[in-house]
Amino acid sequence: MKLNRTLAAVGSLAIALQMATAGNITGKVTLSGTPPPEKDITPLKDDAQCGKLHPGPVPKTQFFVVGPNHELADVVVVLQGDSLKGKSTGATAAPAELDQIGCIYTPQILAVQTGQKIHVKNSDPVMHNVHTTPTAPGNKEENRAQLAGGPDLTFVIPQPEDFLRFKCDVHPWMFAWVTVVDHPYFAVTGKDGTFTIKDVPPGKYKLVAYHRKAALKGIAKDVEVTADGAKVDFVAEVK
Amino acid sequence: MTVSTTRQQAWLHRFALLTALGTLGLVGLGGLVTSHGVGMAVPDWPTSYGYNMFALPVSLWLTGGIFHEHTHRLWASLVGILVVVLTRWLGGKKAQLPLLVIGLVEILAGIGLLRLGADWKGAGHFLAGIGGVVCLVGMVWLRNAAAPGRLPTLGWIAFGLVQLQGLLGGLRVVLDAGDLAGIRLGTLLGIFHGCLGQLFLALVAVIAFMTGRWWSQPPERITSLQARPWFVTATVLVFVQLLIGATMRHQHAGLSIPDFPLAYGALWPDMSATAVAEYNLKRIEVTAANPITGFQIGLQMTHRLLALLLLATVALCVGMSRDRGLRRLAKFWLGLILVQAALGAWTIWSNKAADVATAHVVVGALSFVTGVLGCLIYFRRRVRDEAPGPAGKSTSDLTRSVAA
Repeated sequence: MKLNRTLAAVGSLAIALQMATAGNITGKVTLSGTPPPEKDITPLKDDAQCGKLHPGPVPKTQFFVVGPNHELADVVVVLQGDSLKGKSTGATAAPAELDQIGCIYTPQILAVQTGQKIHVKNSDPVMHNVHTTPTAPGNKEENRAQLAGGPDLTFVIPQPEDFLRFKCDVHPWMFAWVTVVDHPYFAVTGKDGTFTIKDVPPGKYKLVAYHRKAALKGIAKDVEVTADGAKVDFVAEVK
Repeated sequence: MTVSTTRQQAWLHRFALLTALGTLGLVGLGGLVTSHGVGMAVPDWPTSYGYNMFALPVSLWLTGGIFHEHTHRLWASLVGILVVVLTRWLGGKKAQLPLLVIGLVEILAGIGLLRLGADWKGAGHFLAGIGGVVCLVGMVWLRNAAAPGRLPTLGWIAFGLVQLQGLLGGLRVVLDAGDLAGIRLGTLLGIFHGCLGQLFLALVAVIAFMTGRWWSQPPERITSLQARPWFVTATVLVFVQLLIGATMRHQHAGLSIPDFPLAYGALWPDMSATAVAEYNLKRIEVTAANPITGFQIGLQMTHRLLALLLLATVALCVGMSRDRGLRRLAKFWLGLILVQAALGAWTIWSNKAADVATAHVVVGALSFVTGVLGCLIYFRRRVRDEAPGPAGKSTSDLTRSVAA
């Protein structure tokens, strides 16, 4: 019993020390060049049920969410390094949430840890089916129906994968892409293009920014994290 | 031939025509399913969202892509019933016993599947249901004579194909996520299902044609076989085009080349990995959000080039046809090919609008049927000519002497 307490105390101390020396990585992603114009999701507007949920203009695709000063949203920024592999805390992390609102996935870009629960909600008065189409070995394809007002569906992805596609076969314009990482050091840029990866243990790493279109294979930069953190900016390019 | 036999044949012809039209509609509905990208909108089979296929609540049926997929399934069931009846009609009284035996075997197999457990419940009900329909048709106690020539055999082939096609359609759904040699099973089965559907339509059209008056009493004799090889070549080309089209459609990657008549602004597009990555970066997909590959671009370019070759070949069919009826048929065919080419271009310009892309599938199917019927007419003549005529002369010799 005493030994257990001692071990727990030592563990807590180690975590506290690590937190004390850990730093945050912050930065901003901008887009250079003019992205292709987004398209109207006309099949949504033509759909008898989903169309009613959008009385205004036809919703558009959201591949390039770019701010007035070229800030690029929906970029998944992931820390990479041998020391991070397999350090997923997904099993105890708070569940991530993916919602279906107005027959559109919200958000369309999400990042989670391996083993972390993803709760898929249906806020629509319409039935959807949630169909995952993974490509990484070990991640199983699932296709589950979700009635209007039905309970949340829970998905857990065991293996890392970039942009795992979630789709609805009933409404074939509905897509979300979920990047699955085997550690907790990642972030998704907001509308202002900024990101923060918190409590990164000090050390040298590679930081990679992935965008569904502008940087599918990632833009990598070396980064050294100290107790003061680190700052890294990225520029994604569209020719 | 008695009046009643003539009347019966006329009704058989009408029924075969109805079956062929129903099959054409089914091809169109299948086209709508793939054009909308909703092949998996109903993820189970033979049940639909756990319901018996015929008892799906209307509210679910009218939801999004379920409408297209479920209507395709119901329509396919109707075509299946029509084909079973056609088989019985073509085979005459002789077809009764085999139908009863097959139906009973299917019912028993279905009951056997039900005993295997909950996973097989749907398949068991489906098979038993088919068996029930086959038995019912087999029990109809009409003493009609079998249709002449090879028609009963063709009926049995259609009977087998329609069941195989139904099974393929179902397997395309339940095995969608499977993998064969690195290729998604849903894609492979979908391509096979699409192409077999076209062949099945051609077969039913042949049956309809052969039950008609034109076949038993042709209005004119064919005097020249010059165009025959071109008819065969063009028909094969149409089928290759259908195969390529099915392959493109079932990869669910939208348009691999977004412009026409140029391809990515050039006569021949750059298919290097760098170029393809650049194309993918700039593709904004509304549906079918899949990255395209160099192979898919190559496939569409082949489709375009073959379309030109096909157009030239069918034009040759028109030029080479000497007989009035066949010349008319070739001209009609050329018209179809021109419409088909226009629809192909429109499919691209409309960013693959579902109704336009489906019209492209339907006109493609009609083009194939036209080619097959043209070939049938030419080869029918050969069959007749090679039969020994009076005094040991073949009928072709007789034709030549008459022509001289």
